[in-house]
Amino acid sequence: MTDQSTDPKAIGGGRAAGKTASGHLERRAAVKALLGDTSDALFISGLAGAKSDVLEATGADCKRVFPLVGAMGAEAAMALGLALAQPNRRVVCVTGDGELLMNVGTLATIAVLNPPNLSILCVDNEHYGETGFQRSHTGRGVDLAKIAEGAGIQAVRTVIEESEIPDAAAMLRAGNGTAFVLLKVGVSDPPGISRNRDAALNKNWFREAVLGEA
Amino acid sequence: MAQQETDEDGAPVTQTWPEELYALLREAEVTQFGYVPDAGHQVLIDRSIADPEVHSVALTTEEEGVALLAGAHLGGARGVLLMQSSGVGNCINLLSLIKNGGFPFLTLVSMRGDFGEGTSRQIPMGQATQPVLEAMGVTCMRAEHPDEVIPMVRAALTMVFQSGMAVAVLLTQKLIGAKPFK
Repeated sequence: MTDQSTDPKAIGGGRAAGKTASGHLERRAAVKALLGDTSDALFISGLAGAKSDVLEATGADCKRVFPLVGAMGAEAAMALGLALAQPNRRVVCVTGDGELLMNVGTLATIAVLNPPNLSILCVDNEHYGETGFQRSHTGRGVDLAKIAEGAGIQAVRTVIEESEIPDAAAMLRAGNGTAFVLLKVGVSDPPGISRNRDAALNKNWFREAVLGEA
Repeated sequence: MAQQETDEDGAPVTQTWPEELYALLREAEVTQFGYVPDAGHQVLIDRSIADPEVHSVALTTEEEGVALLAGAHLGGARGVLLMQSSGVGNCINLLSLIKNGGFPFLTLVSMRGDFGEGTSRQIPMGQATQPVLEAMGVTCMRAEHPDEVIPMVRAALTMVFQSGMAVAVLLTQKLIGAKPFK
């Protein structure tokens, strides 16, 4: 049995010590389970924790991931532009609660177009992990799934128990219309997964992977 | 439909550049039009809505358009951000993505707060538009006469999509008109 006090992925470990959230799932494993087979999709990740969640699932060097390292709040609209440009490819945006809150109107922009090949996974630990684990708005009553529904996104699911993962995973890849999954996780501080942060390099890698040329 | 302006005698003069501008953007294979509705871009917006070959993306705030165009580029598509000068102020931090990543970026900005502006609330952001865009590495070109618009946007399209630059074409109030003094 794992010793919780030394497992770097443990809920309440590292800088997350003493922090509480309504979720209890371990984020890396939950995201991996929700994304399933990542070999056929294109990914835009938001900053920090969301980026590492995706790279754990795809492998750190996966060229079909564009990881944002600045421009917080850009992830969902970027995923929209990509989804419209590549209608035959699955596009998955993985973001955190703090980042999605920053440009929450994008859910409305996306919902009115409803691109079938776009899905959004919001990993909600109710804290800003990179700046000292301050409690975010979602830890103070704000419900991003209700906001997504209110914006008009038709396929919306909240996952808080492990048993809810398979249905949500299926919804993310169903392709009937834009899908939104709010994944409630426990507050943890797993090691980040490194990736070259050069945005131009990541842009070229991504375009080579998608278009065959930079 | 074309925009109306008046000549020195007050007679209406039909401007054709908005229609030509839409055709030019389509000729350059622009397929994503991001905008927050603005009267200055009425023709381009309406044309994009009616055109089944393009994606007409109504944004809730202009900064979404910066990210939209970067995402389009990742997928091999070309886009344009249509906004008023007031919306430029909503885009600043996201322009760091354009600069860091070397993304091609084209915006057409209908200007307020410049030549002959009579509405004081438009002055701060209108006057700041060019300085803040240039501070973020966006090259600005100002169109002041109808005959300049098409050649200027044609040049901008080459600079953006052939040379990978970030360019803003400012459609100034000398071109699109300022509301007359009351």
